[in-house]
Amino acid sequence: MTDQLIPDRPAARPARTARAKRGKKRTYAASFIYDQPGPRGRRNILIGSVVSSVVFIVVIGIGLWQFASHGQFAPERWQPFTDWAIWQYLLVGLLGTLEAAAIVAVLGGALGVLLGLGRMSNHRWLRWICSAYIEIARTIPVLLMIYLMLFGLPQIGINLPTLWKLVVPLTIANSAVFAEIVRAGVGSLPRGQREAALSLGMRGAQAMRFVVLPQAFRNVAPSLITQLVSLLKDTSLGYIVAFTELLYRGQVLASFLHLLIPTYIAVTVIYLVVNGSLSALASRLQRGSRRRPSTQPALPGLPAIDTKAANV
Amino acid sequence: MNPLIDNLGPIVQALGTTLMMALIAGVCSIVLGVLVTVARVSPIPILRAAAFLYVQFFINVPLLALLLLAVFALPDAGLLLPLTPTAIIVLTVYEAAYVAEAVRSGVNTVSVGQVEASRALGFTLAQSLRFVVIPQALRAVVQPIGNVMIALAMNTALAAAVGVVELTAEVNKINLIAAQPILIFSGAGLIYMAIALAIGLAAGWVERKVAIIR
Repeated sequence: MTDQLIPDRPAARPARTARAKRGKKRTYAASFIYDQPGPRGRRNILIGSVVSSVVFIVVIGIGLWQFASHGQFAPERWQPFTDWAIWQYLLVGLLGTLEAAAIVAVLGGALGVLLGLGRMSNHRWLRWICSAYIEIARTIPVLLMIYLMLFGLPQIGINLPTLWKLVVPLTIANSAVFAEIVRAGVGSLPRGQREAALSLGMRGAQAMRFVVLPQAFRNVAPSLITQLVSLLKDTSLGYIVAFTELLYRGQVLASFLHLLIPTYIAVTVIYLVVNGSLSALASRLQRGSRRRPSTQPALPGLPAIDTKAANV
Repeated sequence: MNPLIDNLGPIVQALGTTLMMALIAGVCSIVLGVLVTVARVSPIPILRAAAFLYVQFFINVPLLALLLLAVFALPDAGLLLPLTPTAIIVLTVYEAAYVAEAVRSGVNTVSVGQVEASRALGFTLAQSLRFVVIPQALRAVVQPIGNVMIALAMNTALAAAVGVVELTAEVNKINLIAAQPILIFSGAGLIYMAIALAIGLAAGWVERKVAIIR
C-alpha cells in the first residue's frame, strides 16, 4: 500500500508520478479525495482559512489574556527557568523516567513475546492460561494495581522497593499489550512462510525463531514503538508511588518554587520532546515499510512505474 | 464480615461516578475525535495543521500530567471548575486524539483506488464519501474505537490521583480501614473487567450491525 486516504502527516508529500512532478504542483496532502479546486473552490478555501485563523487567534488570545490578567507572564515567574540548575533537576527526573521505562520495556517485552507465543501454542491449557492472563491484564487499570502495591500489599507484609511498585504493575499491563502486538505480527504473515520452513525440515520452534518472528517483528515495528511511547507516558504514574521520575520531580519543584503553571509547562515540553521524537521514528518506520516493495524490487533503468496501477 | 458487601452503598455510588465519567467523556471524545479527523481531511491547510498538532500533543503527553496541570495549576490562572467536570474535560480532549487516530486508521483501510474510481464515475465529494468511503470505513473503525473506549474506562481511574472519588479511590479508602487487600482489589478489578467486557461486546454488536458482506 503506497498511498493513504488520510496521510499520517499533513506535510507536503512527494508527487507520486513523474507526470505530476512535471505538471502543476500538488497542493493538498488529502487530494485523493477531491480534485484540484477551481476559482470558486479556491475562494471558499481562502474564506475558510481566514475564518479559522480568526477563530484560532481569538481563542488563543483569550487564553493568553486570561493568563496575563493573573500575572502568569510576569518575568519573575519564568526567570527560574533560565537557570540551568532547574532544568538539571528536571532532567534527573527524566533519567528516572527513562530507567523505569527501560526496565518495563525489557521485562514487559520479554514476557509479552512469551505470552504471545503461548497464546498461539498447540497445548490447549497453555493457550488458555496465556489468553486469560492477557485479557485480565489488559482490562485492569494500572492505577488499581499501583494502589494494591502501595497500600494493599504492605498490609499483608509484602513491601517492594519504590521502583518496583511502579515497574511491576506497568510490566503486567504492558506485557499483555506486547503479547497482542506479537500475535498480530505473526498473524499478519502468510501461512506459507511457516509451512515452507517446516517443509525445509525445520522444527516448529526453529521455524518460529528463524523465519516467522523476524518478519513479524519487522511488520509490527511501528506498533512496538507506539507502545513504547505509551509506556513512557505510563511511567508518569511514578508520581503516585513517589518514585523519582519526571512528573514527580516536576511536582516537587512546583511546590518548592510556588510556580505551578511554568513548572508543569516545562514538564509537558520535556515529555513532548522525548515522546515526539519516538513518535516521529515510528511514523518514519511506518512510511518506510509502506514504501518497501513487498513482492518484487522495482526494475532498474525504466521510467518511473505508476505504482498505483498495481494497487487498484 | 465481607467489606465489599458492608460498603455496598459507597461502592455503587463510586461505580456510578466512574460510569458517568466514562459515558460522558466517551460520547464527547467520539464527537470531538470525528471532528478532528474531518479537520484533517479538510481542504483548509490551517485546519489540517491544527488537527495534526492537536493529535500529536495529546498522544505524546501523559494523561496524569494533563490532569495535574488542569486541576492544580490552572486555578492559578483563574480557570477553576469543579473537580469532576475538570477530570471529564481532560479525559475527553485526551481520548479524542486517540479516537481521531482510530478513525484515521479505519478510513485508511479503504484503498485510494476506491475513491479514485468513484471520482472517475463522476461522484461528487459528498457522494463518494457517503456511498463509497464511509460504508467501508465504518466497519473498520468500530473495533479500534471500542478499544479506545476500553482504554478510556481504564483511564477514569487516574482521576482518583487528583481526588475524584470514583471506584479506584473508593476501594482504596475501604481497604485502608478493612485491610483485606486481595479480596477488595480483586473485587474492583472484576468490576473494571466487567465494564471492559460490556464495551467490547457492545463494539462487537455495532460491528456486526454495520458490517458489509462481500
